[in-house]
Amino acid sequence: MAATHTLTTRTRAGTITGIAALAFLAVAVILPAFASRSLIQDLFFILTMLTLAQFWNLLAGYSGLVSVGQQAFVGFGAYMLFAATILWGVNPVAAILLSGVFALLLAIPTAFFAFRLSGAYFAIGTWVVAEVVRLTVAQWQAVGGGTGTSLPRDARDAMWGVTWIEAAFDVRSSAARDILAYWLALALAAATIGGIYWFLRTRRGLALAALRDNVEAAKSVGVDAARMKWIVFLVAAFGTGIAGGLIFLQNGRISPDSAFAVTQWTAFVIFIVVIGGIGTIEGPIIGVLVFFMLQELLADFGATYLIVLGCLGIVIMLFARRGLWGLISDRTGVQLFPVRRRLIAPARGPAGQTDEGGGHND
Amino acid sequence: MGMILSLHDVTKSFGALKVADGISFDVPEGQALGIIGPNGAGKSTLFNLITGNLVPDAGRIKYQGRDVTRIPPMQRCLDGMGRSFQIPQPFTGLTVFENLLVAATHGQDRPESAVVDHVARVLDQTELMGVANTPAGGLSLLQRKRLELARAMATQPKLLLLDEIAGGLTDGECAALIDTIRGLHAGGVTIIWIEHVLHALTAVVERLLVLDFGRVIGLGEPAEIMDSREVREIYLGIEV
Repeated sequence: MAATHTLTTRTRAGTITGIAALAFLAVAVILPAFASRSLIQDLFFILTMLTLAQFWNLLAGYSGLVSVGQQAFVGFGAYMLFAATILWGVNPVAAILLSGVFALLLAIPTAFFAFRLSGAYFAIGTWVVAEVVRLTVAQWQAVGGGTGTSLPRDARDAMWGVTWIEAAFDVRSSAARDILAYWLALALAAATIGGIYWFLRTRRGLALAALRDNVEAAKSVGVDAARMKWIVFLVAAFGTGIAGGLIFLQNGRISPDSAFAVTQWTAFVIFIVVIGGIGTIEGPIIGVLVFFMLQELLADFGATYLIVLGCLGIVIMLFARRGLWGLISDRTGVQLFPVRRRLIAPARGPAGQTDEGGGHND
Repeated sequence: MGMILSLHDVTKSFGALKVADGISFDVPEGQALGIIGPNGAGKSTLFNLITGNLVPDAGRIKYQGRDVTRIPPMQRCLDGMGRSFQIPQPFTGLTVFENLLVAATHGQDRPESAVVDHVARVLDQTELMGVANTPAGGLSLLQRKRLELARAMATQPKLLLLDEIAGGLTDGECAALIDTIRGLHAGGVTIIWIEHVLHALTAVVERLLVLDFGRVIGLGEPAEIMDSREVREIYLGIEV
């Protein structure tokens, strides 16, 4: 064989997605100049939930780590942001990074404990860890103990960029803080999706897909299953911690019950991933939009809202196991974030024709 | 020539059932060894012990002069051990090409771009080039069996463990498979092959090992083993 084979992941849909994503980002960045404050707050909510969903999807959808204790990292990250701001005088914007770092540190002992468990035991184990962290943090009087605390006014005013936003958009400082939080959430969600997409296209990402399909076979072809689990768990904890810090920075107030809420930070997130389509990048994006619309529609119905969410989740799990995006991509074959490596035969190579034949099949 | 693989008194039980009962044998480098025995004799279990998917209760396994009894499968693969599974275990969400790619890039610890040509060569050898970019979940049984062999070959093994890959093939397909395995063997790869299709096995291997109830009951030249009374009893009614 004189010419060499090559591999590519490029597809037309992928290129279009890339261009559309850049255009969308550009619009999203300048949006605060036109949009109302409530829209900015809604988008902040969507972007942060999307980030949490992408990381939970990375855990459960790609690595089989079905954690129901991600609120541990949301809450601990958020609390460390308040602690860093209140106790150590760190600027709140810089403290967001600390949220990630501390969540990562918490993830190390958590993983040592939880990786000894598998399946349902792993899920319950992570929940137990989250409860332990919640109860421990509730004893921490310097950040308000069981009742919680607010971000001090001088810390809020000191947030980097707020005065500039006030002047540039001619808004009050509370609205300026929302715009700043929105931009940070936008950057976080973009970095999360971009980062996961990049990772899935590396050889470790390919290993992750192999592990998802068959652990024993993956080990037998040289995939380091244990190391992959560690990488994914720690990365997810870091990202989830950053999202937690940002959410409660925007909120301005924290309490153990809100920061470690299993419904808000895990059940809703699972719902988003499951109805959107587990194991895909597209799934959580669709899921979060559906979730947000349902929340808007059913906001006035109180507890009925949760019942409807639960029923919808069950229906999707029974009749469309790969979620709404699974239905769409099965019909159309489209991958917005293509990770599939295709073998390209050398032009005029002996395998040229047969390979083209294979290419038409997918 | 040195021994690439040595088992010493390897024992494994599942509850009260002894699936490997004091198994000892050596495989010289470059040899092709066939393993036969009735269903439930512990053949696939023996493979799982050699590759590390199972850990023995007692005994030692040496590979390339090193004790690997407690070394995980991933490391054994990196050290040149490749295997196929009796029941095909494809990565169903990946394409055939990606199945081989993940094996080649991780099994050899080289970047994806460096192994593409090797993967393409294996796809040609195993006649899977036509379905290279098709998801493995949609393959026929025959293609899945080929994929098992191809994926093991993609790791560029020094020791290749094959678990019943010839069953259900037509004569022509079987002859092609024998050619492929002979080619690997001629290239210096040590082969251990579990197979019920005896004519395929004896066309390749230089030595036969007979397993029954987790014990080695015969080991030697294929002709001599096939003539022995014990083997004839076990295989009574099976065409040799």
